[in-house]
Amino acid sequence: MSRAAFASALVVFAVVAPSGAAARAGVAQPLAVLLRDFAGRPTPLYEARRLSERAGRPVFLKREDLNHTGSHKLNNALGQALLAKRMGKPRAIAETGAGQHGVAAATACALLGLECVVFMGEEDIRRQQPNVQRMHLLGARVEPVTAGKRTLKEASSAAIRDWVANVETTHYIIGSAVGPAPYPAIVRELQRTLGDEARAQLLDRTGRLPSRVIACVGGGSNSIGIFAAFIDDPDVELIGVEAAGEGIETGRHGAPLTVGGRAGVLHGSMSAVLADEDGQILEAHSVSAGLDYPGSGPEHAYLRDSGRARYVAVTDEQALDTFVAVAALEGIIPALESSHAIAWALENAGGDMDLICLSGRGDKDLAEVLALRAIG
Amino acid sequence: MNIAGEERIAAAFAGSGKRAALMPYLMGGFPDLEGSLRIGAAAAAAGADMIELGIPFSDPLADGPVIHAAATRALAAGATVERVLEVAAALAAQIPVIVMTYANIVIARGVDVFLDRLAQAGVSGLIVPDLPFEEGAQTAEAAAAAGIALVPLIAPTTTAERLELIGARARGFLYVVSVTGTTGERSQSGGDAVRALLERAHSATAVPVALGFGISTPDQAAAAADAGADGVIVGSRLVRAAGEESDGAAAVGGLVAELAAALA
Repeated sequence: MSRAAFASALVVFAVVAPSGAAARAGVAQPLAVLLRDFAGRPTPLYEARRLSERAGRPVFLKREDLNHTGSHKLNNALGQALLAKRMGKPRAIAETGAGQHGVAAATACALLGLECVVFMGEEDIRRQQPNVQRMHLLGARVEPVTAGKRTLKEASSAAIRDWVANVETTHYIIGSAVGPAPYPAIVRELQRTLGDEARAQLLDRTGRLPSRVIACVGGGSNSIGIFAAFIDDPDVELIGVEAAGEGIETGRHGAPLTVGGRAGVLHGSMSAVLADEDGQILEAHSVSAGLDYPGSGPEHAYLRDSGRARYVAVTDEQALDTFVAVAALEGIIPALESSHAIAWALENAGGDMDLICLSGRGDKDLAEVLALRAIG
Repeated sequence: MNIAGEERIAAAFAGSGKRAALMPYLMGGFPDLEGSLRIGAAAAAAGADMIELGIPFSDPLADGPVIHAAATRALAAGATVERVLEVAAALAAQIPVIVMTYANIVIARGVDVFLDRLAQAGVSGLIVPDLPFEEGAQTAEAAAAAGIALVPLIAPTTTAERLELIGARARGFLYVVSVTGTTGERSQSGGDAVRALLERAHSATAVPVALGFGISTPDQAAAAADAGADGVIVGSRLVRAAGEESDGAAAVGGLVAELAAALA
């Protein structure tokens, strides 16, 4: 897939938006202040000693679970909310799967005085109630989406339709490194903060770079953020971990990059997409709402096809086991999404130092995990 | 260069005998395959000049709830690309057919393969609302080789710079989206803003200019012709009738006749 293939956008979106780097530059100073004083950045880099013992090599966790609102999503939401202010748009919309991006967008909008509407599939509203309540408290309206399987794909479509109709007044704070150009670049630039921090922290702490950088991939925003800082370090292996759901062989998964196949167009960009022979988009399946998406960020497809990064998948079972294990071993309850990345690292030897993006905290997943696992 | 599709569309505009050519949008395979063929034939008999036939897509971003729901139901009822193109072929024997579908359907088996299949089915034109100008060169070449007119869209938000580029590449006609938003019935027409948009469109292209999105009533169709549209596209109102009425073909035929009378 060529770089040109990144730039697919609905004709009806004749919106002039800044490019990724220009977007970050335009709001760089106020964003830096908010990231430090409001979000609490930089987040720590933590050497997880008991996970390291189990893995047989040092495992460092980039603690995005300690970012304000409990995930990396706020880095992007703050930047885009500042862009909305700069463009003079009083209203912001967002899509959300797990609710982490919805909470981050609602938070940024509360902070900056923007009206906020979050589109969320009914199925995700059911499995992520605490985040729905948080969004309400933050003053956002949560718009239930009832189409299709009622998860992230449909929520994204609903947000895009709202945006097309209200583009004069509304900025769409897209939550992942997906969507029409220049969104994938904007989100990468806003999320590379976490990668740049982790690289500097690790060099400062150990004097070296990691053998492997490992991150989960739904749309792929935390992963592109951490990969971006290491793309020019050829000896660092980049590994994206998708959701194998009930198992790749069952067809019930969310791993378009892992399974390969023909490129597809979904939500305005060309990338790896789960689709049938006619081009109809297939439903994804994952216990983790944030990875339950049939598409993927176009830059990930490019990194895969160029050989710079590789993509693998972890099942619901493996992720659930790891969620429980990490809580008991390290005193950290990881998001189910991040549990996929940790699970892969623990089960696959290689190199002599891992850097894993712990993209968010797992409090939101407690009810779901407790329903599936007997604990205590 | 094969201009078979362009010529057939140009003849339909020139020979409509109306103030503006009438182009009903119908969903292929909705409410089922046989039904969509009957409904298309009824529209042709009632005074349509061309038919825009949708190939259903699972995630139709440019469409509002009525057409989205019709696509979902058509797919559930067994519509595939091949079966909808069989409907298109049967209709194309009676009236020019312009297929409307999304980029992922066009690229799934390969752009050239898809365009050749449209040509075999006798289809005259293709509309792909999520194909941006910058990504459209390959599809435009394949369409030109196959004799299919690739019809681009512009919206009220389209800049003057993009309008020039899009207008120059337009074949068959230029599809002017009357509102910022998705397809669906609306109670009001755009008035002066639509008139100005149509003037901009005419000045940017050599092909006819058709107005769509939000047009559902005979009055709105007449207003579109008054505002300078060479063609009027009516979709959601007809798709709704096709799904709601016990005799969808009769219901759609009746509505098309009313629209045709308003454009007489």
